[in-house]
Amino acid sequence: MKIAYYPGCSQEGSALDYGKSTGAVCAAFGFHLEEIPNWTCCGSTPAHALDTELSAALCARNLDLATREKADVVVTPCPSCLNNLRLASHRMENPSFRANVNALLDEPAAEKFPEATSIMQLLGRHLDTETIKARVKKTLNGIKLAAYYGCLMSRPANVMDFGDPENPTLMESLLAACGAEMVDFPLKTACCGAASGIPERKLTAYNSGRILELATTLGVDAIAVACPLCQMNLDLRQKQAAKAEDAFFDMPILYFTQLMGLAMDINPEYLGLEQLCVSPEMLLRKLGMGKGGAA
Amino acid sequence: MRIGVFICHCGSNIGGTVDCAKVAETASHYPDVAYVDDPMYTCAEPGQAAIEEAIKKERLDGVVVASCTPRMHEPTFRKTVERAGLNPYMFEMANIREHVSWIGKDKEANTNKAAELVLMAVEKLRHNRPLVPKSFDITKKVLIIGGGVAGIQAALDCAEGGVPVILVEREATIGGKMAKLDKTFPTVDCSACILGPKMVDVAQHPLITLYAYSEVEDISGYVGNFNVKIRKKTPYVDWSKCTGCGACTEKCPSKNTPDSFNELMGKTTAITIAFPQAIPKKAVINAPYCRKLQSGKCGVCAKICPTGAINYTMEDEIISEDVGSIIAATGYDLVDWSVYEEYGGGKYPDVITALAYERLLNASGPTGGHIKRPSDGKEPKNIVFIQCVGSRDRSIGRPYCSAFCCMYTAKQAVLTKDHLPDSQSHIFYMDIRAAGKLYDEFTRRAMEEYGTNYIRGRVSAVYPDGNGQYVVMGADTLLGEPIEIKADLVVLSVGIEASAGAPALAEKLRISYDSYGFFMESHVKLKPVETNTAGVFLAGCCQGPKDIPASVAQGSAAAAKVLDLFSHEKLQSNPQIANVDILRCVDCKKCIMCCPFGAIEEVSVRGVNKAQVIETVCQGCGICVATCPQGAIQLSHSTDNQILAEVNALCQS
Repeated sequence: MKIAYYPGCSQEGSALDYGKSTGAVCAAFGFHLEEIPNWTCCGSTPAHALDTELSAALCARNLDLATREKADVVVTPCPSCLNNLRLASHRMENPSFRANVNALLDEPAAEKFPEATSIMQLLGRHLDTETIKARVKKTLNGIKLAAYYGCLMSRPANVMDFGDPENPTLMESLLAACGAEMVDFPLKTACCGAASGIPERKLTAYNSGRILELATTLGVDAIAVACPLCQMNLDLRQKQAAKAEDAFFDMPILYFTQLMGLAMDINPEYLGLEQLCVSPEMLLRKLGMGKGGAA
Repeated sequence: MRIGVFICHCGSNIGGTVDCAKVAETASHYPDVAYVDDPMYTCAEPGQAAIEEAIKKERLDGVVVASCTPRMHEPTFRKTVERAGLNPYMFEMANIREHVSWIGKDKEANTNKAAELVLMAVEKLRHNRPLVPKSFDITKKVLIIGGGVAGIQAALDCAEGGVPVILVEREATIGGKMAKLDKTFPTVDCSACILGPKMVDVAQHPLITLYAYSEVEDISGYVGNFNVKIRKKTPYVDWSKCTGCGACTEKCPSKNTPDSFNELMGKTTAITIAFPQAIPKKAVINAPYCRKLQSGKCGVCAKICPTGAINYTMEDEIISEDVGSIIAATGYDLVDWSVYEEYGGGKYPDVITALAYERLLNASGPTGGHIKRPSDGKEPKNIVFIQCVGSRDRSIGRPYCSAFCCMYTAKQAVLTKDHLPDSQSHIFYMDIRAAGKLYDEFTRRAMEEYGTNYIRGRVSAVYPDGNGQYVVMGADTLLGEPIEIKADLVVLSVGIEASAGAPALAEKLRISYDSYGFFMESHVKLKPVETNTAGVFLAGCCQGPKDIPASVAQGSAAAAKVLDLFSHEKLQSNPQIANVDILRCVDCKKCIMCCPFGAIEEVSVRGVNKAQVIETVCQGCGICVATCPQGAIQLSHSTDNQILAEVNALCQS
């Protein structure tokens, strides 16, 4: 299986750690990720908010490059990129839409693109629980995690192919295979406030605060996330959220790939743990990996 | 032959897009046509009188009316021609309204098509033969399927009218959903107090035979002469000995049995009597939870029973009943709301259905009528009601309104305030549909006198906050703002669908049902109680969502239809049936195998076996005609020659 890798812009900036841990975990399971040469931005929120054809053109360009590389599948860690890539493929099935998009491109895009899927689905579809368990060297046994997917990963339901849009369970099964205790987290697909952090900080603080408060009440050691923007809102803006909720939070926010990497005893250096704002020190100690531990 | 042709204008319904005078003029040149006319309303009294007059004056021996669908007025016009002395089957109808004027705007094309349809009718009529119906005896006894309030009302009305009733109820007691309710809107009177006496009347009426804990297994026959097989499910208790004393239910050690009568709001014993006013008040063993039946060890109930009624080896029994008519009153079930993952899909103990809440309010319910949360038994303070869960929701394939949820939600808010004066109820609604006598006044009372907080908008999610409460996130669409309420208890007004097994029963009854399982009435406005199968009538929610007053009204209406049917000494069979030409029949039996009505039998004619149609059973569907390899069967009034004449008329004109 030839896997074209579409990192998305945040993996080169705010979510370097997501990119790093994704690469490390995939390599450990023998998935060879080949970065799409000369890839460009998917258009993110601004493009599709302005013009769906423009947004689709940006995605089509990247999917077209992957097609030329004869990729079987395009994977990306970022739910927003995934959303744009899948929506573009979906909309391109409409001939008049396709014609308008092709008019924006230098040359017409390929008739059929490889399927775009998330890193989480790549791991979940190709690895069964036993395979993951066999690869776990430092079990996450003894820590309690909340899986938080964010609003985009499973929606829109008919495009994302992520099971029940209100109650996806893939991340839980991956992390449970690594030994962690997964709580039933009712806000797993609630909105963190997304990009509203810039124009309306209060709203993001409120939404993120609600998620952090419930996770704290449920007594989890960390929240596992899959989206760079969710991670930023919950981690970098944790103090803003605490202020809005008039509470105190000390909740590490880790990418599920970082947690899987820890379980597989991948050197934390390759997992980018130092990038986290809220220190995962307590969590690492619980796992016997704190300072003076394996790290 | 002298044929009269009448082209109806139907006001502007047909006349607006068909040149009726021109069609009449064209028809006057058709073979055997001796008279034409284009009246404004043919079905009106002057229109019918004109037909009768023309038949007499012009010595007509056949009539064609080109107007609307035969479903409504074919019987009307058959009677018209009969009054003028013709055989009612010397009449044909061409549908130039539904098939022409209503579906096309091109007047010239419509006029041509109408003329062609009239020609086909004329050609068919030229080959018609007079037909004479046979009369047959009827069994003046009615089967009523379902012992909810609609079925109970129908049973009592039929029995009072002198008709013996067989009432079949799937559960161990009659009463249906109404028996589970605490109070009823808009008068807030006790459900058991108004239903209970009717249930007792059913038990005591000499003309009503009640088969509780029984299901209809098979139905054969036809109007006036149905045969019904009823499966009496084994209760493992000899009901002829059981006195309903309840000693067994007190001593049964299997106390962890899900309590379905209480909508799973508590546990019961493996041997139960559903509720104190149950009719019949007899014990039933829930086999999967009975220790004796599962492991052979126990037998406490048999030891305790003072009359020796317990019988662990009892088996189902099939009984056969002959009836002349059937009323289906099978009621409803709640939509499976577990698809709403955003409301927890059933995993949160304090997010319950309104029917379950009804049991919590009810004095004979699991909490003795005290409102207590299922999770911890505490009294809730903040209660959120969410309406339209599973109603008016195209995303789960339930686009229809369940009709009575707005009202019972208001009632439950009122009752909640009565039970817990310090509580606050919040109701999320889409629209308040309170169209009924005293209904709007009632919802206003809930708002104004009981301080219920009505919020117009939908709830996006319900989740536990980890501290024992539930966060209800929604939208207030009047303020245009998101809203969050911390609730102790969330009650879902879950929508309704046809009861489980309704489509299977419809097939046994040979009646139609819609895509939601509700039985189809014969005409949505004018025949709301009849079905398209003669002798089968509908009552209550099996036909569509309706509240108690409407269910009772339909129960009485269905009874009136049965009494009307049974007021005749004999019924007449439809003579438009299949006939076997015994010279051609080779006794291959294909017709016997394919007939859905069992209307063909094998008879010996001078020592040779031949097929024969039972005239009163045949419905004239024509399946045997198409199946017969010898062409030995013809349908009276739709023979091969008649069909060919129509085709020729169309293709050669």
